[in-house]
Amino acid sequence: MNGRYSRQELFAPIGTEGQAKLRNKHVLIIGAGALGTGSAEMLVRAGIGKISIADRDYVEWSNLQRQQLYTEEEAEQRTPKAIAAKKRLKAINSEVEIRCHVMDVSVEEMERLVENVDLILDASDNFDIRMIINDISQKHRIPWIYSACVGSYGISYTIIPGETPCLNCLLENVPMGGVTCDTVGIISPAVQMVISFQMSEALKILVEDSLHLRNKLVSFDLWKNHHSSINVDKIKKADCPSCGTDRSYPYLSFSKQTKTAVLCGRDTVQIRPSQPMERDLESLDKDLSRQQGKVLRNPYLLSFSTAEHRLVIFKDGRVLIHGTKSISEAKTLYHRYLG
Amino acid sequence: MKLTVNGDHVEVPNSVKTVAGLLVHFELHHKVVIVERNAEILEQAKHTETLIFDKDKIELVHFVGGG
Ligand SMILES: [Zn+2]
Repeated sequence: MNGRYSRQELFAPIGTEGQAKLRNKHVLIIGAGALGTGSAEMLVRAGIGKISIADRDYVEWSNLQRQQLYTEEEAEQRTPKAIAAKKRLKAINSEVEIRCHVMDVSVEEMERLVENVDLILDASDNFDIRMIINDISQKHRIPWIYSACVGSYGISYTIIPGETPCLNCLLENVPMGGVTCDTVGIISPAVQMVISFQMSEALKILVEDSLHLRNKLVSFDLWKNHHSSINVDKIKKADCPSCGTDRSYPYLSFSKQTKTAVLCGRDTVQIRPSQPMERDLESLDKDLSRQQGKVLRNPYLLSFSTAEHRLVIFKDGRVLIHGTKSISEAKTLYHRYLG
Repeated sequence: MKLTVNGDHVEVPNSVKTVAGLLVHFELHHKVVIVERNAEILEQAKHTETLIFDKDKIELVHFVGGG
């Protein structure tokens, strides 16, 4: 005993009993960006038993401003985030079992990842994966915590199967497009605030103190000095396809997934959104014109070229990503510029 | 018309009559937004028909995807 958890055990709602529970828990973190690195570090320092982290990306210079586990060397080397995260987390606490997966998580991968997991933390950057997390959580009755941030704004909600509404109840539709950290930026206090909301709830779940769960949808804007916390219990829908009585877990079926295909011999990946949509090319033109790259637009499509890639965005929702044969790189670019 | 939106006192033009109109006013209509009016949560389907009045207390929470 070296007392490394003594201050946490002195905190009465956790105590030595809570600490022992924490030691036996397994948390899955989807994404190792700003939220994922922050949450992982807190859990590992807190003495969680085991964490699994999945991410498809590699470290870039633009990550270092807020993704707290990474270094200049890893940006230089383009080290996969999952690998870099594991190295740092191991150095922080060698007692924790750390599983890291360099993978593009979709339904199949998710089914494998959730085995023996007590809690799923959302640290992803898009709603396609969140809807899969949501359905998986309901199917296996594993709680999860939705969290996201952009600019100086953040939002979080804890979803407990069988008790709270699910993300599908709240959203009704998957939000399409919208601003991303790569288009309007992000400041790290917003990241840290979301992590604080997410991790406080995570600790309550892991030490089994469900009475103290927040039970509210929380959002804030640190620059505009806003805070909002609302009870959304009433939004729970009895006929929700994800958590209702006659549920079908629509996002676990192939038809609702974002479909990707490598176009042979063209160094191009095609991505089709999970549901029919019409893109507003004019507003997309405005957003992307602020980026480093060149925008060309006609009534049917918009082309956006950067130094290495070209994205061609069709009005019917399809996107071609030229300059790569890698589905995971294409998805990264897709979500970076299109949300 | 004077409203309290997310705790701030704001003045919106009288042309804003409904919750849906308010979302357009704040440029949130392209986003998925949870609206609470006078401590009452509104389903998205009710945004167009729900009228707003002077001194209403509104909470607007929009969903974002970054992380
Ligand atoms: Zn639901």
